[in-house]
Amino acid sequence: MRTCVVGAGSIGSLLAAHLATVTDVVVLTRRAEHARALNAEGLRVSGRHDFTARVTAAADARDLPEFDLGIIATKAGGVEHAAETLSGHFSGATIMTVQNGLGAEEIVQAHGDWPLVSAVTFMSGTKHSDTHVEYILDTPTWLGPYGATPFERVQEIARLLVDSGLKAEALPDLLPAQWSKLIFNATVNGVAALTGLRHDEHFAAENDPGDLGHLVHDLVDEGKRVAAAAGVELHDDPWEMNVLATKRGSAHYPSMLEDIDSRRPTEVELINGALVREAARSGVEAPLHAAIYRLVRGKEASYS
Amino acid sequence: MRVCVVGCGAVGSLFAANLAQLDDVEVWAYDLAQEHVDAINRDGLRLSGAGDVVGRVRATSIPRSLPPCDFGIVATKAMHTSAAIAATAHVFAEGCVASVQNGVGNEEAIAEHVERVIRGTTFPAGKLLEPGHAQWDVRGDTTLGPFEPRPAPLQEIEQLADACSRGGMPTDAVADARGPQWRKLIFNAATNPVGALTGLTHGRVCEQADLRRFVTALVDEGKAVAAAQRIELGEDPEDLIDHAAKPAVAYDHKASMLQDVEARRATEIDYLNGGIVRFGDEHRVPTPLNRAIWALVKGLEQSW
Repeated sequence: MRTCVVGAGSIGSLLAAHLATVTDVVVLTRRAEHARALNAEGLRVSGRHDFTARVTAAADARDLPEFDLGIIATKAGGVEHAAETLSGHFSGATIMTVQNGLGAEEIVQAHGDWPLVSAVTFMSGTKHSDTHVEYILDTPTWLGPYGATPFERVQEIARLLVDSGLKAEALPDLLPAQWSKLIFNATVNGVAALTGLRHDEHFAAENDPGDLGHLVHDLVDEGKRVAAAAGVELHDDPWEMNVLATKRGSAHYPSMLEDIDSRRPTEVELINGALVREAARSGVEAPLHAAIYRLVRGKEASYS
Repeated sequence: MRVCVVGCGAVGSLFAANLAQLDDVEVWAYDLAQEHVDAINRDGLRLSGAGDVVGRVRATSIPRSLPPCDFGIVATKAMHTSAAIAATAHVFAEGCVASVQNGVGNEEAIAEHVERVIRGTTFPAGKLLEPGHAQWDVRGDTTLGPFEPRPAPLQEIEQLADACSRGGMPTDAVADARGPQWRKLIFNAATNPVGALTGLTHGRVCEQADLRRFVTALVDEGKAVAAAQRIELGEDPEDLIDHAAKPAVAYDHKASMLQDVEARRATEIDYLNGGIVRFGDEHRVPTPLNRAIWALVKGLEQSW
């Protein structure tokens, strides 16, 4: 059994290192020196777990051996390019996407007829270097079949993740979980990106009229109306996810804020943008998420 | 006539130094910055830029050193109104007090301590360069009228307006001063926080079609709250916004709230968007976007 992880950011690195304890793992990186460093030093995990995994890495898809499972772990904006590089090869593989937002599966599908598995992950980590990732939140990854992929295949992959030391669960229908995370992400990431706040107790504060929790609650409610209009029943209530996360006390550094702080393009297009487009498709209004979307786009425009 | 300017920052300095040009007006200034007070008493209060004058002003940071005054002009930042007027109210036992501050809610705070209150809106602007010296950036008109719940008599308002005009600060006394106040409020509340949240100058906000539409949506909520109070705005705030976006006007202008945010100074958001929300709630006009902006900027302040 061999797994290929495409994209070695914090999520890709966490997946690759853990899976390397139960399967062969090859990592496809964007930069050649990143691949060289991984080949030379292996991939170190600290934090919740502590070990160094041996992985094979390449920066060119032509150097990859055949594999059984491909995991595209790039940022949402990198899926198109990742799918393009795999296109026409690896016909025996199942491909899994773990992006934020919606629509990664459609992009991959346009580049090949691999069986697809959808996933959303709630785990988090911080990359300290090309070869060192800190495992911070050991919250689960949820997997579900996309299109005609048999559920048994999804369960096998979930078992593999669990055997590797990660938390994972196979669900017959991932959409409810994907939407719960979409609404949660659009709300928490958007508010964090604009305020500069990490995901802390301010996000749940609803005492005074100007408190941030009111806005967070309103954004979640608006997202729930969009989900309902799209015919999706949510797996978890995003407001409860928010309250729970703020009570953990670890003040997670949301990736969209991380992007803003480093003046990088954010995933707002595929998170809040996706939600706004889904609202339009279902004929409901999403003025608050549209506002967040426009303001974050404005913030990106201010880089130049 | 004896006038006391309460809060002698940039705008307060414009009123104090110009009024001090008149032989029939004795000008006092109350300010907490001792260096500024000392410089004014030593060298006079100097303006340069749109006008170059030095005014003989008596300044103090000690409320009990102030003599009884016929008029007060409150020019502090909005969040300091209550403290400033509570400290100086005894001076105005027989006098009238005008606000020339940003936002709404200042007259209400003044009226908790003073019998005769004047609602004011002013467009001149500048900045403090050093103790005793302010730069006068923009000339403009001032409008004064009675604050309806605790009104100053129109005759006295006219007397103050006449003095300001003769001193070089063109000022109108009107029976209903709410129109200019709400026009400026709506303009500020729709442009200042968008600049502060995105980091974009006014001109660049207006170039992003999506963001410009969002500004209009904020304006529309403000107009609805004004209409519910039967306030005639006169000129459309939209025209002010387009006018200001011209290269020769304020294309490159960083909103004062963006300057505050960059310097991590508390903003006047409670009296701008927060004020529109409060008056909206009172008149049952929904203001979801102003509410969202209010919470985002409060969140931004909390991130420091």
